[in-house]
Amino acid sequence: MYKIAKENLSALFRLIAESSELYLPVKTAGQVNFAAWSEEAEVALDILKSVKSPKDAFFPQSEGLYTVKREGKKMKVEPEELKNKDFVVFGMKACDVKGLEVLDNVFLADPIDTFYAARREHGTVVALACHEPEESCFCKVFGVDAANPAADVAAWMIGEDLYWNALTEKGEALTEKVKALLTDADETAVEAEKEAIHNIVEKLPYMNLSLEGWNGDALSEKFDDKLWEELYKPCLACGTCTFVCPTCQCYDIKDYDTGNSVSRYRCWDSCMYSDFTMMAHGNNRTSQMQRFRQRFMHKLVYYPANNDGMYSCVGCGRCVEKCPASLNIVKVIKAFQKQGGEK
Amino acid sequence: MQELINRAKELLENGTVARVLGWKAGDLPYNPEPAYFESAESLKDFVYNGFCGANLSKYMIEASKLEGKTLVCLKPCDTYSFNQLIKEHRVDREKAYIIGVGCKGKLDIEKIRNQGVKGIESIQGAEITDAADELKIQTIYGEKTVAYADAMLERCHVCKGKEHKIFDEEIGESKETKDGERFDEVSRIEKMSPAEKFAFFQKELSKCIRCNACRNVCPACSCRKCVFDSNKFDSSQKANVDSFEEKMFHIIRAFHVAGRCTDCGECSRVCPQGIPLHLFNRKFIKDIDELYGEYQAGDDTDSKAPLTNYTFEDAEPSIVGKRG
Amino acid sequence: MSIEKKEFKPKIVAFCCNWCSYAGADLAGSSRLSYPADVKIIRVPCSCRVNPMFILRAFEKGADGVIMCGCHPGDCHYSTGNYYARRRMTLLFSMLDYIGVENGRTRVEWVSAAEGVKFSDTMNSFVEKIYSLGENVRLGDLRCRS
Repeated sequence: MYKIAKENLSALFRLIAESSELYLPVKTAGQVNFAAWSEEAEVALDILKSVKSPKDAFFPQSEGLYTVKREGKKMKVEPEELKNKDFVVFGMKACDVKGLEVLDNVFLADPIDTFYAARREHGTVVALACHEPEESCFCKVFGVDAANPAADVAAWMIGEDLYWNALTEKGEALTEKVKALLTDADETAVEAEKEAIHNIVEKLPYMNLSLEGWNGDALSEKFDDKLWEELYKPCLACGTCTFVCPTCQCYDIKDYDTGNSVSRYRCWDSCMYSDFTMMAHGNNRTSQMQRFRQRFMHKLVYYPANNDGMYSCVGCGRCVEKCPASLNIVKVIKAFQKQGGEK
Repeated sequence: MQELINRAKELLENGTVARVLGWKAGDLPYNPEPAYFESAESLKDFVYNGFCGANLSKYMIEASKLEGKTLVCLKPCDTYSFNQLIKEHRVDREKAYIIGVGCKGKLDIEKIRNQGVKGIESIQGAEITDAADELKIQTIYGEKTVAYADAMLERCHVCKGKEHKIFDEEIGESKETKDGERFDEVSRIEKMSPAEKFAFFQKELSKCIRCNACRNVCPACSCRKCVFDSNKFDSSQKANVDSFEEKMFHIIRAFHVAGRCTDCGECSRVCPQGIPLHLFNRKFIKDIDELYGEYQAGDDTDSKAPLTNYTFEDAEPSIVGKRG
Repeated sequence: MSIEKKEFKPKIVAFCCNWCSYAGADLAGSSRLSYPADVKIIRVPCSCRVNPMFILRAFEKGADGVIMCGCHPGDCHYSTGNYYARRRMTLLFSMLDYIGVENGRTRVEWVSAAEGVKFSDTMNSFVEKIYSLGENVRLGDLRCRS
């Protein structure tokens, strides 16, 4: 266990940035999102949640795949380079780290997504424990411990210090690089902080949400439920929930005609959109109710069915905070629960 | 609120309306959701408070296709949108029973959070009947007080007025909330140098995540299929690779609703990244007012919109450079 | 890839209405009046066919200036098309100015079928203006530059 004074954090960032790219929460025009560090960047480590989840660092919203150029009478295909430089993501939260695990199950399973795999290989995650969790958080429900982020390096902001504990080889390597700035510390302060966090977590309204009835086997029972017809109604069919989510992994592949070449890129897609998984024969989900149901069924039924019961929600609560119609996964879970109780 | 519920019950029971479109209490103090109520019993979840910012006019497009009348609760600013939708033949007046509900300004949970409030357990003072100028917020980190005006949505600070433009009956008192001028911010930007303007919008729009919430919530955006959703259009909706994509989306969207936008402010309310999207719409409104005469979309249901109209003496486009 | 410093050759898109301005361009040609080859003409049925999206797309794909030409107000082949176009373009240009795009990159001129000289003069002066403004960096898409 090491520590570093808060006032030395900018020196730490400078040192990390010397040898690798560094992404951390940065405030731009009033909103905090993960972005590359620079001397001018307004680093905001005291916020609990960035608007977008930091999954961007490993699975960017848009990324090029290859470009096709015409050279005389021939076509030349130039694939996009895979990530080959080390980078550090600083300040992820325990839920976001768990989100990476969800993405790993998708992208690192056969067939392996090489773009994602390269980023995972070169990325080191320094995660911060949640100092003051909020009412929208429900990570405990999905087995996430807000006080003990399972990243390469776990860190705690306590008073005027940041405590630093390397958990993996990558974490150790990063620690070696910045050792000059760290001093040894004992665990008492961290233990107290962990306890404080656990105490707060117990008080949060969503933390004891029950997931009873949601599992990989619940497919037909949940799919055919009449409740969806009611639940989806306020949904505006925007993609806010999917785009702020740390676990949503659907993407679309599109071509952009630049006039003298075509670049093929992929970008996040949202199951809320009318052209989601559009095929030549048309769309297999023709109503908003079906699209709405897809999102929650995927998170709570389909994904667990394919991944040994692991849910693809981590309880970060971003959708709870951001949905324009105040709909969210918690309301959906609760609605089914209520219905079950009344039966 | 009770008066509203009682009246809704009455209308449901005597068969005047088949359903009520209002807001349902959420599971947190600040997240009521738009909802349909089809029985008097279900109205127990009905709520109308400071967090009911959603403009229900948009939902009336779908509700107009349903069997029977829908009782819809519209705030004064929502009635402009409803009028505009009537003008565009997107809603059916005969299918709506409009209760104009009072409004004392709607709240923005982001503004409350930005004042350092977290771990909210309960909020007092958001009820429509409360006369208090303060919100008392109980959090797990202690009690906080926030002035009502400091927690209000931007649009309420430049409120168009508390008069319902269309209604069958009115229930509830309103309170004046206007304390700013609608075009002040636009004027401030107009005075910047081109480089400053560009930097300002670049910074704001670089946050855009292309979630389309602004478009989907907008009562004026009622196209069945948006041009940005067309698969045949080679930079459709989702990519955010280059900052210009976002600019184009927002300029074109604002342009398409120019002369039809009632300035209800929903786009800015729902933006997850807090982009002040109303600045685009207001710029068009301001230009229309200055160049073609004052015009408020949604004021009535039959006037000609500025972009489907012209005069022989209209200003030439070169006026843009000359105005400086 | 090294970027060579090339002499600036502007790309200019001119939307010309079929009935007046395109014929005006024709007349300029047959009268042997010159205008710069940097101008690429796109013929549209009427100036009011020009969707604001056309203008933005032109910029996105690398145009340095966009000019729209139509019949003089009052002379529209379809009676009133250019009156609507006039309002639209005024608002659009004002919006572009508002987001910080140099105002000189957009222009509207009314050119009749008999005004070959005006067409050539207009294009010459517009191209000159774009030369003075230089490359359009604020609205272009980076992908179109490679």
